[in-house]
Amino acid sequence: MAEKTYLQAISDGLRQEMRRDQRVFVLGEDVGVYGGAFKVTQGFQEEFGANRVLDMPLSETAIVGGATGAALMGLRPIAEMQFADFVSCAWDHLVTVAAKQRYRAGTPIPIVLRLPSGGGFSGGPFHSQNPESSFAHIPGLKIVCPSTPEDAKGLLATAVEDPNPVLYFEHKHLYRRIKGEVPDDRYTTPFGKARVHRDGEDVTLITWGAMVYTADEAATRLADEGVSVEILDLRTLIPWDREAVLESVARCSKALVLHEDTKTGGFGAEIAATIAEEAFEQLDAPVRRVAAPDAPVPFAPTLEKAFIPQVDDVAAALRDLAAY
Amino acid sequence: MAVREAEPVETLQEVREAGLDREDLLGMYRNMLITRGIEERGHILYKQGKIPGSFYTGRGNEASAVGVATAMGPNDVGTPLQRDMGVHVTRGIEPWRVFAQYMGRVDGPMSGRDGNVHMGDSRLGLYAMVSHLPAMLPVAVGMGLAFTIREEKRVAIAWCGEGASARGDAHEGMNLAGVRRLPVVFLIDNNQWAYSTPAHLEYAVDHLADRAAAYGFDGVVVDGTDVLAVYREAKLAIEKAREGGGPTLIESVTLRMEGHAVHDDAFYVPKELFEEWAQRDPIERFRGWLRDNASLTEDEEDEIRDGVKRILNEAIQRAEESPLPDPATLLDGVFATPEELETPHHK
Repeated sequence: MAEKTYLQAISDGLRQEMRRDQRVFVLGEDVGVYGGAFKVTQGFQEEFGANRVLDMPLSETAIVGGATGAALMGLRPIAEMQFADFVSCAWDHLVTVAAKQRYRAGTPIPIVLRLPSGGGFSGGPFHSQNPESSFAHIPGLKIVCPSTPEDAKGLLATAVEDPNPVLYFEHKHLYRRIKGEVPDDRYTTPFGKARVHRDGEDVTLITWGAMVYTADEAATRLADEGVSVEILDLRTLIPWDREAVLESVARCSKALVLHEDTKTGGFGAEIAATIAEEAFEQLDAPVRRVAAPDAPVPFAPTLEKAFIPQVDDVAAALRDLAAY
Repeated sequence: MAVREAEPVETLQEVREAGLDREDLLGMYRNMLITRGIEERGHILYKQGKIPGSFYTGRGNEASAVGVATAMGPNDVGTPLQRDMGVHVTRGIEPWRVFAQYMGRVDGPMSGRDGNVHMGDSRLGLYAMVSHLPAMLPVAVGMGLAFTIREEKRVAIAWCGEGASARGDAHEGMNLAGVRRLPVVFLIDNNQWAYSTPAHLEYAVDHLADRAAAYGFDGVVVDGTDVLAVYREAKLAIEKAREGGGPTLIESVTLRMEGHAVHDDAFYVPKELFEEWAQRDPIERFRGWLRDNASLTEDEEDEIRDGVKRILNEAIQRAEESPLPDPATLLDGVFATPEELETPHHK
């Protein structure tokens, strides 16, 4: 056990998977000599050789399509998109080929796609997005959004073992800001099991990724005001832990869904709809959503701050719910 | 011109030098007949309402498909497309399973989950196409990448039509294969028409094989109606790739002798073009060659044709006995289970 940053935890987990399983290899832009744009694979090429740490041309289609072909031949590719935003260039290969392959042809595609996502550092419209909901809509893909160093490592191991295409969204804003205790030995963190980030009894707050920390700050404020907020960190969106959400909502009777992605068609809509369908009788207030407004991610710090849900926004929504 | 234009194969001696004996030649002829027979019978079944959805054929492409597949090694893999039924046949798919596939039955290679020519049996080294052509081309490149990483002497064949060659997938896949000298052979079936769009509106080079130079490997144009010429070029390219010589782009030129699918009467293709290419029908052409160069007798021909007819009759009957999928299985296999990876294939 040692304290590690979120980024170190991902890097260590990745290294552990490559040491454990010869079939695992990484491919992406600048992942070799440079060690990745965020240095997640720093030192990998020295340890594993250029044959297992592959610098690729600027070809997201060939990276994801190539990973799919290598997986069909029995390897376990871990492909990196330099930024999650660039996965749009590989949409066809994820959605048309990889996601449907097991269902239509019976051949599993065990690939992991690492997607550095999220904003908060003036990355602008093309280096800040959280495109998880687009893929949550596609049957056949699994979606992982770790928020802690411990989960980042454990969920990565589970992703590598999983026989399906897994989109692993690693939030860039957490890379070096968030530290935590991470076990040294290999372990797996199950998909579809939410983590109770904070116990509470008045309002259930469901979130994931970097918003876990925004939620926590807001909940601390509300605690001072006498409102107890339970925070569920979903960890994975496909599959997502419906049971944990419904159980918590049954106890708290009020629910807030929070995400950094834009609101319309965001994954929060799915959660809110499920709560409305399954737990209507237990609700004492309408389900609330706090999310980014329906706009591209802006560049200027003032605009970006107005775009990404802030502690004030979440606290205000929690206050409204508590008072309802 | 940068590319080489392949020579026709003139004699039995040349064929022997390319690695085929007389039995192999008769086998190729049989495979071409089965290929056309499957599609002709399928068309009838379609008109009878026994095949749902749409129906595609590769009439005119039998030599190209059978020629390339004959050149593949047993452990080689590929991603054939909608004009390449001959690849499936040559790699050993049982014709009844093709009809079961057409009819959406559980015994088709896709078990009714995907239809018509979207099929592939991984045990035969074939992986099913998707409609977004040529999306399987980079996938085949990834297969070649896996062989390189594992240092296996296997080759992946990436099929592509001349229409799909306009898409970015083709560029990214060929570029990557060239950069890493992967054991991949690109096979462009140039049948001159992408649905209703003629070749001159699809690309501006003289030959699509010219593009190979841009990716740092060799290109060759071959007459796709000459099964032996296709075989010889494919064999050269495949063995070169196997020995570390990198990719080759083979452009196999044919004419799509029917519409894009059976709903399309191809009114936009000049009649004279059909007439001209009908004179070069790949099956008739090979039959003539076998008579002239390999002493194919009428008795042998009758025997082969009767055998094919019998296979097809039995195949249709057996396919019709295969059940349609049970609606209760609708959600089976959206996700794979871990046990599915415990196959020799994935070890």
